Amino acid sequence: MNIDTAPILSIVTFLPLVGVLFIAFLPSTPAGDRNAKFASLYTTLFTFAISLLVWVNFDPSTSAFQFVEDSPWLGPIRYKMGVDGISMLFVILTTFLMPLCILASWDSITERVKEYMIAFLVLETLMIGVFCALDLVLFYLFFEAGLIPMFLIIGVWGGPRRVYASFKFFLYTLLGSVLMLLAMMAMWWQAGSTDIPTLMKTSFPANMQWWLWIAFFASFAVKLPMWPVHTWLPDAHVEAPTAGSVILAGILLKMGGYGFLRFSLPMFPLASQDLAPFVFVLSVVAVVYTSLVALAQEDVKKLIAYSSVAHMGFVTMGIFTFTHQGIDGAIFQMLSHGLVSAALFLCVGVIYDRMHTREIAAYGGLVERMPIYAACFMVFTMANVGLPGTSGFIGEFLTLLAAFKVNTWVAFLATSGVILSAAYALYLYRRVIFGALEKPSLAAIKDLSPREIAVLAPLVLLTILFGFYPAPVLDVTQRSVKDLVAHYEAAVRPGTERKTTSIDEAIRR
Amino acid sequence: MSEILNYAVLPEIVVAVGAMALMMIGVFQKQDDGSGETIGWLAVGVLGLAAALIALQPAASSFHFNDAFISDAFARFMKLLVLAGSAFALMLSFDYLRSHRAMVFEVPVLVLLATAGMMMMVSAGDLIALYLGIELQSLALYVMASIRRDSVKSSEAGLKYFVLGALSSGMLLYGASLIYGFTGSTNFQLIAGAAKAASSQASFGLTIGLVFLLVGIAFKISAVPFHMWTPDVYEGAPTPITAFFASAPKMAAMALLLRVLGTAFPGLAGQWQQIVVFLAIASMLLGAFAAIGQTNIKRLMAYSSIGHIGFALVGLAANSQDGARGVLFYMAIYLIMTLGTFACILAMRRKDEMVEDIEELGGLAETNLPMAFILAMLMFSLAGIPPLAGFFAKFYVLAPAINAGLYTLAVIGVVASVIGAYYYIRIVKIMFFDDARERMLEVPKVAGVVMGLAGFLVLFYVVYPAPLLDAAAEAAKSLRF
Repeated sequence: MNIDTAPILSIVTFLPLVGVLFIAFLPSTPAGDRNAKFASLYTTLFTFAISLLVWVNFDPSTSAFQFVEDSPWLGPIRYKMGVDGISMLFVILTTFLMPLCILASWDSITERVKEYMIAFLVLETLMIGVFCALDLVLFYLFFEAGLIPMFLIIGVWGGPRRVYASFKFFLYTLLGSVLMLLAMMAMWWQAGSTDIPTLMKTSFPANMQWWLWIAFFASFAVKLPMWPVHTWLPDAHVEAPTAGSVILAGILLKMGGYGFLRFSLPMFPLASQDLAPFVFVLSVVAVVYTSLVALAQEDVKKLIAYSSVAHMGFVTMGIFTFTHQGIDGAIFQMLSHGLVSAALFLCVGVIYDRMHTREIAAYGGLVERMPIYAACFMVFTMANVGLPGTSGFIGEFLTLLAAFKVNTWVAFLATSGVILSAAYALYLYRRVIFGALEKPSLAAIKDLSPREIAVLAPLVLLTILFGFYPAPVLDVTQRSVKDLVAHYEAAVRPGTERKTTSIDEAIRR
Repeated sequence: MSEILNYAVLPEIVVAVGAMALMMIGVFQKQDDGSGETIGWLAVGVLGLAAALIALQPAASSFHFNDAFISDAFARFMKLLVLAGSAFALMLSFDYLRSHRAMVFEVPVLVLLATAGMMMMVSAGDLIALYLGIELQSLALYVMASIRRDSVKSSEAGLKYFVLGALSSGMLLYGASLIYGFTGSTNFQLIAGAAKAASSQASFGLTIGLVFLLVGIAFKISAVPFHMWTPDVYEGAPTPITAFFASAPKMAAMALLLRVLGTAFPGLAGQWQQIVVFLAIASMLLGAFAAIGQTNIKRLMAYSSIGHIGFALVGLAANSQDGARGVLFYMAIYLIMTLGTFACILAMRRKDEMVEDIEELGGLAETNLPMAFILAMLMFSLAGIPPLAGFFAKFYVLAPAINAGLYTLAVIGVVASVIGAYYYIRIVKIMFFDDARERMLEVPKVAGVVMGLAGFLVLFYVVYPAPLLDAAAEAAKSLRF
């Protein structure tokens, strides 16, 4: 198969649906459930293998979209797929985390296994689609459709307050994205196209950019999530099954950051420039406030959820510095957080499967019974803190460096978030792992099974690898980020005239 | 031969003559339990034949009976929707009527008569033709609402429908007479010319006539504030009859609205646009809020239909070709979703009794997963979540509104759709998250087929969406927006 001509991105995107088709015809018996698990594992592994093929053939020396597919679909709205340096690695992250999710659910999901696997495979298709879509409507389709499987995953296989959490997740995210939909329509009429590469070259009138920026922001801020619209996240995380939390934290949150990079910055540079201080304030509040909130949590998952919000604060801060380091750092932070938070949720899943509680107080002294687990958990805790030598450090450092150049106070306040993150993460680690093993229920707890080691080992490896050698990631993103920054700077250069027309006039044209 | 086949009024003649012939057969044949059903299938055949004749008609527009009857792409598109709605609703009713010992031959005959009226409404090019069509349709519907004479609720529904329907017909007639008085014609083309040339005084009178006319039609499409009859009639009428009410007549009334505004009143666009914007906002918001507290699934569908009509009106408010296309497209997809949902509602049976309480769907995913899955997809589609068909419907009415600068309307629309999503996903929650209840009876065969078909179309519409949209665009070209 020739990689240049084959619709490789469509294959990666829709391959999981082939697995769905197969699983749908399996009987609902214990044997059928087993087959469903294996079928989905093989499907996700195979998808991962093909996505690696895309990565290997990816040309990092250009910022143009690659592996582009373009076919007619709905009049001016076309089915167009492609990746560039910004989206490439998110595709890999998605395909990489999926097999781990399937493995993590191997024993913990006992009811409606077939439906569970189908929901996850459908979700995988939709998530890959978000990162590959090069048409506004197609992007929205994938972006929004992910709500359905995630709603079901939280609601059917979730914890005791799952109904509340799933409704909140669904309605919150929907409300954010419908405004974006209206903005997309306005862009369609203004530019006469829904093609993303074309729109990136279109310069929208300044005051129209403001409205469009705000509408897109509403969607991405909820998805990311940014303070103060983050409240759905702790609920969804706590109630979702382990693999659901992994996907939420690992990939769904990244769609917000990806959206800023794909839409807000290149398409609305003037509004981005004007509103950057606003984003900085929200980011700093997120970093400091949610870190403090995390410190007070009694529930392990909730603590990690709040720490996710704090880490996403670094991402938005980095993006809106409009510098090479900042954006590189933000992308790296997102990828690193995708690995680390996913791993942390998997770690919580391990002890939850054994003890069926997420209360921090129910644990303590696990290191005596679970040394391997303690070591893995240690690596991820350190990465979460941002210790040099782990992947968490690179992203935070780059974003802080960039922020320091742009606004010292922002950098100063955000850096205090790093200290706070050390506080809550180490405090959590001490309470769960160290101390005396006093709880009688923990006396018989077993260390990691081979399956669990197989799930966590790749994450440990990558976390440390990227900590010492971030080049594989930065090489891919470099060129696209550079051109993104150049494009932004050209657009906001004081010499260029700011086109201002009334929105009505602009749209009627 | 081909001349007869191409005769524009032939489909209407087939339906009308079919209705009379079936009535004769019904009266003179031996009455037993199966006879009604035979007539029912014959009626479905008549509807299918009419649909085939429409599909075979030449593409050109033609005018008949002094321009009182218009046959164009728009009429053909809407008539096919009407016929599909009637035929599927009729097929859905057999099982129910048989088990309730109400399978009388009058039902299919009434459906045919109503359908003939609706086809007349769609093709009307004249106020008198319009009124004839509406009355033929309405009278048949009143009788159908109260077809279960032994049920108090059914009789109540019929009476309510009749009284309010008569009121609305009166208003419509009053509006029509005012329009005739101020323009001197009942013909849409001539009214359009007179409206353009009218003095300010005459145009004031004309506007009042237009308002009354719109009120009358708003009753028929159940747009707020003229929606009061809908929940009661939906709940009271036998379920398959409700399915019929929710599908075909809505198509016809919306077609009528488009035709009147697009042919007779392009000159008064400034006036009617305000009214339509108001109707749209009120319908969307009421449909979203009032449905939240409902426990009866038929009542819930009534409020849902009010909300959806509001959305369709958003496209009309844009007053553009694209907007009209959006409305047509919306109605087509809404028809599919409604029929599918009602097929599911008809399958909600325990011990031969229909259950209508939403809570009765509890845990359906465990007792009947295929049905739960299809109903869930229909609910997500009604809520407008991509990649289901309902999303495209909303997309193509909101986009023209944005293009026309109606931002407030569009924002209210999407907010209402989020509020509406709450009650749709509540049904999904009940089916998937709640504990299982007693198993329901097996799904009737026809309902199963309709359900499966609707589920398939809604789920896979995204794969090949262009043809339906192109057909709607072609139909919209016949109107003068």
